[in-house]
Amino acid sequence: MSKYLMNKFLYTVDRDPELVERYREDPRGTVEWWEAERANGILNVLSAEQSSWLKFDDAEREALATHDYPALFGLGAHPFLALTLFIAMFERDYPEPLGFQLEYAQRLSHYALPYPDIAT
Amino acid sequence: MATVAAVIASTHHPFYYRASTSTGEDRPPFADEWVAKITAFRQTLTRANADVLVLVGSDHFHQLWLDNMPQFLVGKAPFYDANWYNEEREFGLPRMFFTGQEDLSAHILRDGLDAGFDLAFSNELRIDHSVTCPMITLRPEADLPIVPIYTNIFAPPLPQPKRYVQLGQMIREVVESWPGDQRVAIIGTGHLSLELGGPRQFGPHGPDPEFDRKAVEWIASGDIEKALGEVSLESLWEPGNATHGFLDFMLMMGVAGAGQQADYVDSLDLFHTMEAYFTWYPKGGPA
Repeated sequence: MSKYLMNKFLYTVDRDPELVERYREDPRGTVEWWEAERANGILNVLSAEQSSWLKFDDAEREALATHDYPALFGLGAHPFLALTLFIAMFERDYPEPLGFQLEYAQRLSHYALPYPDIAT
Repeated sequence: MATVAAVIASTHHPFYYRASTSTGEDRPPFADEWVAKITAFRQTLTRANADVLVLVGSDHFHQLWLDNMPQFLVGKAPFYDANWYNEEREFGLPRMFFTGQEDLSAHILRDGLDAGFDLAFSNELRIDHSVTCPMITLRPEADLPIVPIYTNIFAPPLPQPKRYVQLGQMIREVVESWPGDQRVAIIGTGHLSLELGGPRQFGPHGPDPEFDRKAVEWIASGDIEKALGEVSLESLWEPGNATHGFLDFMLMMGVAGAGQQADYVDSLDLFHTMEAYFTWYPKGGPA
């Protein structure tokens, strides 16, 4: 299990306008590319010194590859990171203000306190 | 020695800028009331005639990341760029630029370290909406030099609530021991009950109005003891999964001092979260 790596995916995609669009259009391909090419890059460190051990488990990879944000919530991905990125990708598809945000809440409505642990 | 000209605690709502500048059909129905309240709140800083602003906020996973996460960090730089692409994208926030007050940064770091706080520091910090929101609401000219201080309210494990209060007390003491005659306003922003990325988000009110009512009372009356008695790292999940932002209000209660009634208190019940605004004048009134 790697809550950290899920968060790293959400974080590094969210801050890059091109990756936001790429993930919106091709979630599975983007996740596979990112896990192969980017997952082990230490931010602020040259690629020659990258890590060697980071990978998603199957449930995490599948949740990311299917834009399944309720599953990401259940797996303990940081809710702020997930919300911010998914708003960037999908708010535009909803004509009403907050339409996407309210659907997001509704799709998580089966979760009750205590929520899944987000500590990394 | 420096004077603490005002202590100000506020929510930071990234939608204020867009709401207050929008016109016509885009202007939300609550915008005029919100602007009126912010304009009145702004006067409480203007009246303090501050020369320098210490700004306490929290990076929202912009420059600070989980591979190297400080609990408390003081900016020490001559300048600060501010706001990020994803804040421009989601909230319409403008890019901003501030001058730093490096002497005060150095003083807070030196005396803070000596007081037992192992403060991290940054010599190149791009700051985010936790600091720019109060600048937009309270000092839109952005013409005063700043010292930004970041706290971790976001990425567990967090320090205990009492540590935020103690940090606030330390900041107050250290600012008051800064040589010179500058007038310093200490401004910090946090949240009342708030849910982000969870099932209770974006409701017609904040997720826990009862918590908000109690929290406003604690802050307005300076009741640190009661706040510490009722708030724990565990309990803060209950009012909403982003309510740990309340820890920065507790820090500001530490700055203001135990039992210190706020001189100015206002709030605004909005969708999603309650806004709350507090100002203390430590020596009883502005200069």
